[in-house]
Amino acid sequence: MIKKLKNRTDLENLKESILKKKDKKKHCIIVSSGTCGQTSGSEKVIEKFKDEIKKQDMGKQVELKVTGCHGFCEVEPVALIQPEGIFYQKLKAEDVPEIISETIVKGKVIEKLLYSDTETGKKIPYEKDIPFYKKQSRIIFGNNVLIDPTSIDDYIGIGGYEALGKVLFKMKPEEVIEEVKKSGLRGRGGGGFPTGKKWGFCRQAEGDVRYVICNADEGDPGAYMDRSLLEGNPHSVLEGMIIGAYAIGSSEGYVYIRAEYPLALKNLEKAISQAEGYGLLGKNILGSDFNFRVKITRGGGAFVCGESTALMASIEGRVGEPRAKYVHTIESGLRDKPTNLNNVETWANVPMIISRGAGWYAKIGTQKSKGTKIFSLVGKIKNTGLVEVPMGMTLREIIYDIGGGIPGGKKFKAVQTGGPSGGCIPEELIDLPVDFERLAEAGSMMGSGGMIIMDEDNCMVDVAKYFVDFLREESCGKCVPCREGLENMYNILAGITEGRGKEEDIGLLKELSEVLSEGALCALGTTAANPVMSTLRYFPEEYESHIRDKKCPAGVCKELVLYSIIEEKCNGCGLCRKKCPAKAISGEPKKVHVINQAECIKCRQCFEVCRFGAVKIE
Amino acid sequence: MNTDKVDGIIKKYGKEQSAIMSILQDIQSEYNYLPREALEQVSKKMSIPLSKIYGIATFYKVFSLTPRGRHLIKVCLGTACHVRGAPQILEEIERKIGIRAGETTGDLKFTLERVNCLGACALGPLVMINNDYYGQMTSAKVDKILKAYD
Repeated sequence: MIKKLKNRTDLENLKESILKKKDKKKHCIIVSSGTCGQTSGSEKVIEKFKDEIKKQDMGKQVELKVTGCHGFCEVEPVALIQPEGIFYQKLKAEDVPEIISETIVKGKVIEKLLYSDTETGKKIPYEKDIPFYKKQSRIIFGNNVLIDPTSIDDYIGIGGYEALGKVLFKMKPEEVIEEVKKSGLRGRGGGGFPTGKKWGFCRQAEGDVRYVICNADEGDPGAYMDRSLLEGNPHSVLEGMIIGAYAIGSSEGYVYIRAEYPLALKNLEKAISQAEGYGLLGKNILGSDFNFRVKITRGGGAFVCGESTALMASIEGRVGEPRAKYVHTIESGLRDKPTNLNNVETWANVPMIISRGAGWYAKIGTQKSKGTKIFSLVGKIKNTGLVEVPMGMTLREIIYDIGGGIPGGKKFKAVQTGGPSGGCIPEELIDLPVDFERLAEAGSMMGSGGMIIMDEDNCMVDVAKYFVDFLREESCGKCVPCREGLENMYNILAGITEGRGKEEDIGLLKELSEVLSEGALCALGTTAANPVMSTLRYFPEEYESHIRDKKCPAGVCKELVLYSIIEEKCNGCGLCRKKCPAKAISGEPKKVHVINQAECIKCRQCFEVCRFGAVKIE
Repeated sequence: MNTDKVDGIIKKYGKEQSAIMSILQDIQSEYNYLPREALEQVSKKMSIPLSKIYGIATFYKVFSLTPRGRHLIKVCLGTACHVRGAPQILEEIERKIGIRAGETTGDLKFTLERVNCLGACALGPLVMINNDYYGQMTSAKVDKILKAYD
């Protein structure tokens, strides 16, 4: 039976009893099972661990903990054996009995399950020595490893809700705002607006009712840190919101969560009901006179709803169209009341700032960008995953030291940051320190923290077209520059990639980009041209070869490439002929095959199936 | 159509306009799409014009006004999947089942959708069929994977 916590002492006592129950002599097997873990088969591994612990009668010696994502998606499913810190990766259910009988019982490390260094090939037994983790500062994301996200006791055991106790009984709302201001925390959703300042404005705004909102409509393709936080540590987000609500003077909050995130939704729903059970949400929180409740709204799969005014319209049950922001949402937002909206990662930073102090927090990062930032390192990178680093770390450190560089011996070409509002940063800027200002100077932006790595096989015109196509689909259609401008930009880019490009297209693209950035209603539109502008700025030669020579140097744009078979390499195995959906390949067994160009649909299948590298794309 | 079910859903969330998203989402999970009769009932019960409800149902991508197939194929076209060759996978699936993204096959076997990011970028290019994930996809693998569904 869950008892409501009536004061701070109750919370302290609860923590003590949770810690006392913990058997420190026990081994702990921690298996990560966020969405990427589950996609890679973590659930089967967990089931097997449960069976095997029972079978080998090890229940007294070992505890199994299922957590959210640890960030190293590339090698999922993983298990971390504590207290030793042994790190096993790419696990299959059949590996489990050995882990119990060898590692847990005999204390032996199983060589074949260890991670090998991408450079040296050396096996690394302990998590702390793996380069992917070594250079990170996982002050927020690191807690994912420590807690079962479906257990509020786990969160309280690591000091959860202590920050809330501190603000409710030791700090005035204004002092909380001052502390957040001093920390230098800036919004992690993309804009980078100082969080404490926003809270202050909202508190001062006129009105009796105020709302706080957590924006969990993480729509940038290639960014999934918010999902992992909600899946792996939902209470940290809730605690941040409750503290924020106290500071602002709000008694009602909303989490607007993306429809595509079922596990995050499930864990958040559970977290809310647990917090209510303990009296950490609801009336008279921890016995104080502060009331606050949180409701969840599920998104409907519209990218534009990540924009604050569109999001608020969607919560109200309307079509998610943004409005002009002459009047800011902190004065008139949800239901025309003062509303403070922050993103998931921003909220998750708050409890730590309160408990460890603004001074401590402000020491991390650069002069204007404080703290850490979680990035999703994806695309053509060896170590795909979520990485948390101090602001100001260079792209080179992130991509090479943590990410392990580019796979397959390919050459790095660019990194795309900031999602569809961001830009592509070329190799010559690889030593750029990553913070809000420097990314903007380079023509990109921080955005929500997606970092998509591209190599020599990626075409930058195609990437620009991809983002414009994305935004054209997602444009709500309310304002003309965005609705019509993006359509026209797409048509021009499609023309260039299909060999119909003209010299004057570049000028027209630049002109349309200006119209968008000057005239669109919301940030989706005003930043929409960034991918085009940045690729034009750094990769003009790629546009030129498409337009002038009608060639795609990376071999991506279908209309500009030809598939052919290299005679010397083809041994006539016939695999490509059998696979070709257009029946465009002919040849006798054991003789050189030929592609009929008139029939070829350039689907790439022959290239993929050929084991001899005999298919050429140029 | 069982009108009680729709009534039950409305009752669960209340008749405020702000409940409309949740109500439509639950109706969709019940029927796999938004049947016209259900929307008419929602309109009447909640006193929201049917045109407004259609506006919402057509604006948000999760809603479908036509019945969807028994198997839902989602092809991830997030940036990470795109740079790893997702467009070719989508084209191959379109060729194999003879419909374009956003459509449903005539026998209601498959509905094909493109999604912007499933957030499992390490496995890209990624295809999801119902609740099964297929990572590191190639167009050559498409045929075999689709055959497992009937």
